[in-house]
Amino acid sequence: MSVEAPEVIPASAPSRQPAVTAIRRTFSSRLAAGFVVALTVLWTIPTFGLLVTSLRPQADVTGSGWWNVFLHPSFTLDNYKTVLVSGGYNVSGGLLPYFVNSLVISIPGTLFPLAIASMAAYALAWVPFRGSNVLFFTIFALQVVPLQLALLPLLQFFNLGLSIGPLTIVPALHLGGTFFTVWIAHTMFAMPLAIFLLHNFIAQLPRDVMEAATVDGANFFLTFRRIVLPLSMPSIAAFAIFQFLWVWNDLLVALTFVGGGQATVAPLTARLSQLTGSLGARWDLLTAGAFVSIVVPLIVFFSLQRFFVRGLLAGSVKG
Amino acid sequence: MSDILTSSMSKLGQMSLVVVVFFAVLLIVFFAAGRATGRIQRPVAIVVFLGPAIVLLLAGLLIPAIRTFVYSLYGASSIRYIGLKNYEWAFTDPGMRGVLINTVLWIVITPILSTAFGLTLALLSDRMRKRSESVTKSLIFMPMAISFVGASIIWKFVYQYIEPSQPQIGLLEQVVLWLGWKNPPNWLLWTPWNNFFLMVIMVWVQTGFAMVVLSAAIKAIPADVIEAASLDGATGWKLFSRVTVPMIRGTLVVVITTIMIAVLKIFDIVRTMTGGNFNTSVLANEMYSQTFVQADNGHGSALAVILFVGVVPLIFYNVRMLRKERALR
Repeated sequence: MSVEAPEVIPASAPSRQPAVTAIRRTFSSRLAAGFVVALTVLWTIPTFGLLVTSLRPQADVTGSGWWNVFLHPSFTLDNYKTVLVSGGYNVSGGLLPYFVNSLVISIPGTLFPLAIASMAAYALAWVPFRGSNVLFFTIFALQVVPLQLALLPLLQFFNLGLSIGPLTIVPALHLGGTFFTVWIAHTMFAMPLAIFLLHNFIAQLPRDVMEAATVDGANFFLTFRRIVLPLSMPSIAAFAIFQFLWVWNDLLVALTFVGGGQATVAPLTARLSQLTGSLGARWDLLTAGAFVSIVVPLIVFFSLQRFFVRGLLAGSVKG
Repeated sequence: MSDILTSSMSKLGQMSLVVVVFFAVLLIVFFAAGRATGRIQRPVAIVVFLGPAIVLLLAGLLIPAIRTFVYSLYGASSIRYIGLKNYEWAFTDPGMRGVLINTVLWIVITPILSTAFGLTLALLSDRMRKRSESVTKSLIFMPMAISFVGASIIWKFVYQYIEPSQPQIGLLEQVVLWLGWKNPPNWLLWTPWNNFFLMVIMVWVQTGFAMVVLSAAIKAIPADVIEAASLDGATGWKLFSRVTVPMIRGTLVVVITTIMIAVLKIFDIVRTMTGGNFNTSVLANEMYSQTFVQADNGHGSALAVILFVGVVPLIFYNVRMLRKERALR
């Protein structure tokens, strides 16, 4: 596992020796290493405490700090059982349905924008028409719109449709509180960044390959499916990971469109945010619940770190 | 239990069905549109490829954004035109003044701290062995993968307050008790310092981002520049402040502005930690509360517009710096 250098800043080839060796000599190396280790430990302790607490029996959690576990080790999986399936206490029904909701929201919330954005990026890059440059720039510029600016009107649109005065343009869709609203909202909000990033990559594909396809008689659709999609897999994968985590971790869009409470549609983040208030001091359950919600991103993070860093850095201005 | 399983399976099944239908429709449209020949071939392809994205952008961003601008000039239920009254409220209401002050504090403190930590770690970890460097970076970068909600729960546990005479479960209070602070306050209720405790969470998340980007920039400094400086006698702090930092200034600015943009929109942390109570609310959280809790479309929309106006110059500046960086290399 390693955090690779991001592509944002291409590393110029170091001529003789890496620049850092000179700096390396000038600091006292042992002191620096100690400092870095101390900071790393400091950064890791809060997450570690959460994990340890989620594995301790309830009486231990309320009666003593998690650091006491080194003196009196005792572990259990009961908290996870309670929090996931049996519910009980104030956790009605457990978190399992919310976990499923998070998956149900995140998978289409990743696939839909990827499909639509890669189509648009291909057309903007390889099917030029009058105004295509202006259109691309407009889409790029739309990244400045924070999604807060669109939330309320979009919610009204999903519930009431769109009308200008007495003229109804889109009738009431009655989509309020369904998965469709979150899927569509995430797809919409992902568009500017997704098109921009995929366009950057797709526009760089070798021209002769594209021309060869045309000579062989492939139409635009065949070229897109057989050549563009397979060749742009690296950038599609990077963006897919970024978008999946973005949707999985999102709270604002979920709260706005499906609310925080209902086990039928609300995702983990919305439910946990709510439980943090109502569960108060039940740290045995809250820590287990929090860990359930972060375990998926952590798996993605540690297994796909190279793609992940690339996607995350490229998308760090999204929102 | 069994009905949870049944309903879960049915939800996943429905989702798979929707995904399959979505891609099937795409394929059918591709096939049908692919049969077009001659002069219409090109226009048909453009419409099919770009149409969905344009409709989504219009309906999801452009039209709603314009509507929000209009709403911000109307009253709470969007019926009565009241001019700039909502903006007047945003900048003069005593409660709002606190929100704006908090937001400014967030924008100033969080990016500076994250970048300072990130820069220090980037500089120092560079000089460790390759393996320790990558482990360190992974661990520092990890919070970036976690949701703000998850991060908030992690830190709420650290800040948990219990009477000093009782056994402690919150790490922060236990540590200050060990250090001899007899009567520590309840961190999250302790105005105005509680804002700072919320900012710590954002710093914890963003430091990894700053570190990874700055580390790449430092590694990209040409070796001869550093060598020439060392030959001239620059060492340690001098080398760092006169050579390294000026060489990566562009990247530093991009990192700071990027974090500023994220901070301006910060919502989840405040929502989960305090709900904006105890004088900890910020712009994005207040925008949500005004719109969806108080049901005041006018106030909420005005705050959204203010947020937008705050973000735009940062993004433009950011893009310009990135362009310059690219042109230089």
